[in-house]
Amino acid sequence: MNAPLLQIRSLDVDYLTDGGAFRAVKNVSFDIGRGELFGLAGESGCGKSTIAYAITRLSKPPAWVAGGEVLLDDQDLLKLPEAALQKVRWRRIGMVFQSAMNSLNPLMRVAAQFHDVLARHIGATKAQSRTRAEEMFKLVGIPAIRLDDYPYQFSGGMRQRIVIAICLALQPELIIMDEPTTALDVVVQREILEQVIDLQRSHGFSVLFITHDLHLMAQLCHRVGVMLKGELVEVGDVRQVSRAPAHEYTRKLWGSIPQLPGHGAAA
Amino acid sequence: MNAQPSLPVDGAEALAEPVVRLDRIERSFGVVQALRGISLALKPGRALALVGESGCGKTTCARIIARMDQPTAGRMYFRGRDITHPGAKADEAAYRRAVQMVFQDPFASLNPVFSIQHHLARPLKLHGHVSSKAEEISGVADLLTSVGLDPAVTAHKFPHELSGGQRQRVNIARALGVRPDLLVADEPTSMLDVSIRLGILELLSRIKRERQLALLYITHDIATAAYVAEEVIVMFAGQMVEWGDTQAVIRQARHPYTKLLLSAVPDPDRPFVPGDSARFLGHAEEVRRISRPASDTIEQVGPNHFIRALGA
Repeated sequence: MNAPLLQIRSLDVDYLTDGGAFRAVKNVSFDIGRGELFGLAGESGCGKSTIAYAITRLSKPPAWVAGGEVLLDDQDLLKLPEAALQKVRWRRIGMVFQSAMNSLNPLMRVAAQFHDVLARHIGATKAQSRTRAEEMFKLVGIPAIRLDDYPYQFSGGMRQRIVIAICLALQPELIIMDEPTTALDVVVQREILEQVIDLQRSHGFSVLFITHDLHLMAQLCHRVGVMLKGELVEVGDVRQVSRAPAHEYTRKLWGSIPQLPGHGAAA
Repeated sequence: MNAQPSLPVDGAEALAEPVVRLDRIERSFGVVQALRGISLALKPGRALALVGESGCGKTTCARIIARMDQPTAGRMYFRGRDITHPGAKADEAAYRRAVQMVFQDPFASLNPVFSIQHHLARPLKLHGHVSSKAEEISGVADLLTSVGLDPAVTAHKFPHELSGGQRQRVNIARALGVRPDLLVADEPTSMLDVSIRLGILELLSRIKRERQLALLYITHDIATAAYVAEEVIVMFAGQMVEWGDTQAVIRQARHPYTKLLLSAVPDPDRPFVPGDSARFLGHAEEVRRISRPASDTIEQVGPNHFIRALGA
């Protein structure tokens, strides 16, 4: 097997509080392979988003990475100078957050936001950005003519797809998706994730998918990790973690999800 | 691998007089027809779920029921009395006391500078349910206990010291403090973790049963509707497309939009198949297209199970 794309080794993240340091992420280690969909699940406050921010060193005070390594192709991102890190963010590691649809600039046409990212990261000209943006819109199923619209003219689901499209325009190797569809309806959620699966297959990027919904994660991911109070309590193949969870907490989490009556037996 | 949801069973409540009834309610905003022909009855001790995607009109419907908005056509009844047009102040006050809301965002619906004690004492005082400080304290304690929170631990706390699930319980307690007959819960669990949703849904069911409350549960997640509601209405583009007994609608869905909604509920046993997105997106678009046109033809497909025929 090839070397993993991303290796997280003994990561510790603290939040500095008046009462001293609170360790939000405790000694967490996992790998994400090339082209792998890795899911990280847990309840609010378990530290899963803190890990997402720590990977690209976006943790802001009072969060503080206290120890460990984040290796991207054996290069420790935690030790990289800021200038070098800026070549990694977005270029090699893309990010889509839960409120990503609100991260579009409301005063700029969508085409200009593509150009903003492409010019900054790969020095694209306006014409090159336009061509790339049109390709990306086609990929996520939005007519290219709508590139000249403003964000408010799109629905929430479309805005989330636009953010994914901008993210993909730079062809990153890893995309961190932190609850990317939690604010959306189930049908729209399914539409977006089906597209992510197809794009992942055709482009070959890896995904770190963070969610509190184990059912959704099981539909989407190859390998999953379950977090509890800052610790990774279980990691494994999705079938194994869903069919035969080893940790008591994972079993509890599975049993607590509302599901349709007659599911399984009748379906 | 999971416990099956125990579905609410029907009793004498099904025949009781509705607290609130809507009869062919319409609401338009300019040229946009937000609600078309909404008829429903909210009865004591029973829950009705209103299910649909963003923009389908379910919140507009809740706002009309909570009297935060007025219908453009149709009639509204409160205990059998026509209250479509705002009446005397006293009648309005009685209605607002009888109908209370629980909102989606547990973080934004509590005032950060006041304690939980303050939040819950206010409705008790304003509605004259308590006359002394001692009664106020015991009243708040009773409310907290009834929603599964420990008064000794919670009453003196501030909103930021509570989790999302706990805050939503406080919101429910506050609504109960007014002693309503109808509780309108607009997406009360969609901002909470899946793992604590069940607890809130069970709490709503218990309150409904114990206090003989009518409950309107609004959600985009049809799976949760089954835990709370005896009856469900699936809405799309301002119309009721399928409605009736929750069991029947979920197990024998007939309308293409209901089927689409059910198929999109996350199911760990059906992994996504690469290469399927174009098919699913095309299918979803087609279902939306055929479900959108207005239609007045209603078909009965079961004892209490109806669908709207597709419009032209």
